[in-house]
Amino acid sequence: MSVALEISGLAKTYPNGQRALGGIDLTVPAGEILAIVGGSGCGKSTLLRLIAGLETPSAGLVRVGGDLVGGPHPAVGLVFQEPRLLPWLSVADNVGFGLAALAAGERAARVGTALERVGLTAHANAWPRELSGGQAQRAALARALVTRPQVLLLDEPFSALDALTRTTLQDHLLELWAFERPTLVLVTHDIEEALVLADRVVTLRPRPGRVDDIQAVVLSRPRDRDSHNFEVHKRRLRAALNQSLAPDTLASDSLTAAAL
Amino acid sequence: MTAEATAGLENSALAIAAAGPRPWSLPRPDWRPLLLGLGLPVAAALAWEALVRSGLATGRLLPPPSRIAVTLWKLARTGELWPHVGATSGRVGLGFVLGGVAGILSGLAASYSPLFRRLVDPTLQGLRAIPSLAWVPLFLLWLGIFETSKVALIAVGVFFPVYLGVMGAVLGVDRKLVEVGRIHRLSGLDLARRILLPAILPALVVALRTGLGLGWMFVVAAEYMGASEGIGYLLVDGQQLGKPDQIIAAILVFALLGKVADAAIVALATPALRWQDAYQGGR
Ligand SMILES: Nc1ncnc2c1ncn2[C@@H]1O[C@H](COP(=O)(O)OP(=O)(O)OP(=O)(O)O)[C@@H](O)[C@H]1O
Ligand SMILES: [Mg+2]
Repeated sequence: MSVALEISGLAKTYPNGQRALGGIDLTVPAGEILAIVGGSGCGKSTLLRLIAGLETPSAGLVRVGGDLVGGPHPAVGLVFQEPRLLPWLSVADNVGFGLAALAAGERAARVGTALERVGLTAHANAWPRELSGGQAQRAALARALVTRPQVLLLDEPFSALDALTRTTLQDHLLELWAFERPTLVLVTHDIEEALVLADRVVTLRPRPGRVDDIQAVVLSRPRDRDSHNFEVHKRRLRAALNQSLAPDTLASDSLTAAAL
Repeated sequence: MTAEATAGLENSALAIAAAGPRPWSLPRPDWRPLLLGLGLPVAAALAWEALVRSGLATGRLLPPPSRIAVTLWKLARTGELWPHVGATSGRVGLGFVLGGVAGILSGLAASYSPLFRRLVDPTLQGLRAIPSLAWVPLFLLWLGIFETSKVALIAVGVFFPVYLGVMGAVLGVDRKLVEVGRIHRLSGLDLARRILLPAILPALVVALRTGLGLGWMFVVAAEYMGASEGIGYLLVDGQQLGKPDQIIAAILVFALLGKVADAAIVALATPALRWQDAYQGGR
């Protein structure tokens, strides 16, 4: 399987001296869904912003399909934590924002399909302010998907939503993923979300952020959130997460080494 | 109009492309607030009219509304008024365009380039502190007593609020929306056109309205300093000849022109600002 994303020695120190990431190595095969979990402030968003090319690394590099990332890459899409719809554009125009280079007819067709997939056809001509939180997040998802990215980055995309909407959108994301099988990198603080969606779950350890643990999720899709196996995975991931939040010790450092 | 209500029209992707943001229906004008607002001045005018008619007041320094109306009517009928209106509007219009364009361009430059901002902004802020009328003698000396100095004075008045408004608006554009542009690989002109410009549009409209208001203020100053034409000239003329009705008529014309010009900006901007999700002042 080809490699979609290659991250090596990636480190980021912010101008204020804050060491957000201290050397990340990750390889993500094409079509994989990778979840990233970790405590608050451990550098998850920073990692995503570096992959997206919105931030420049202090050391190390990111490759997308072989290309060195030195700025936003055409094959990479990003869904922010908030919908970030442009308030002066209709929902349809927001979704089509990245398609300015296409002829109007094709753009409309692509936007129409994308809106249909996220169930917002009826809201195509609404203003963003007229959408509910979940609808706005779906529109943001459609905006990212409509450009057919090979790699889609999602930064806690559902964290602001209620539990029910969140579950619906998770299932929804899987359906959308099934259309073109892009590589997904999903940041979340929700263990269950990580296990429902991901093929592998990376746990980051804070200050500075680095990979603490990688777990493969060996559950067939669609996944039953109530199954025994799911519970087992949950327990295992929760243990890893707790471990990552514990203060650095010699023991945990050797564990990190083992995990890598 | 809810999105559901128009759902039927929007099912085809082509309809979406053709329609763009939803076609807005014009709201039926509600005259009641206007009538309510007119109550006080109309009542005061009627009372004054009654006082003068009944001989309780002479109305020599403050003529009754009827006499002002007659004066205004005569000025309009004889055609004497229109050259004045034209001259004043022309000056304000030209000064507004010059000052507005200069204000927008330097506001953009100041917000785009930190160097420009550090270099030029302190000077502009200093110049802004100068009371407008202090410029008059200098402009008369430099630019002569004719149109140039008047238009320049008005342009100066328009420039500062537009400059400040544009600079503040661009610097205040939500970084999160700019990142949406960056992730779509927009930069330079495209970023300005597709993100910055729409984002600052509401603030730009406010800045232009403020600028235009100052333009009307400065045209009075400019015409007061010496003009043979213009509404400001009617003011001076009315004072020198002791015609308070002409002064008040001129003031009314100023008010009317200012209101019409402001309403024109609002009317031009409203379609582009439909998207705003703002508190509407308890409407
Ligand atoms: N622009 C910035 N300038 C300076 N420091 C920053 C900046 N952005 C983030 N940081 C710091 O870098 C560290 C990692 O931040 P980041 O936003 O990546 O965390 P996170 O894992 O996404 O946290 P959360 O789960 O709370 O969103 C934090 O300690 C934060 O204070
Ligand atoms: Mg974050």
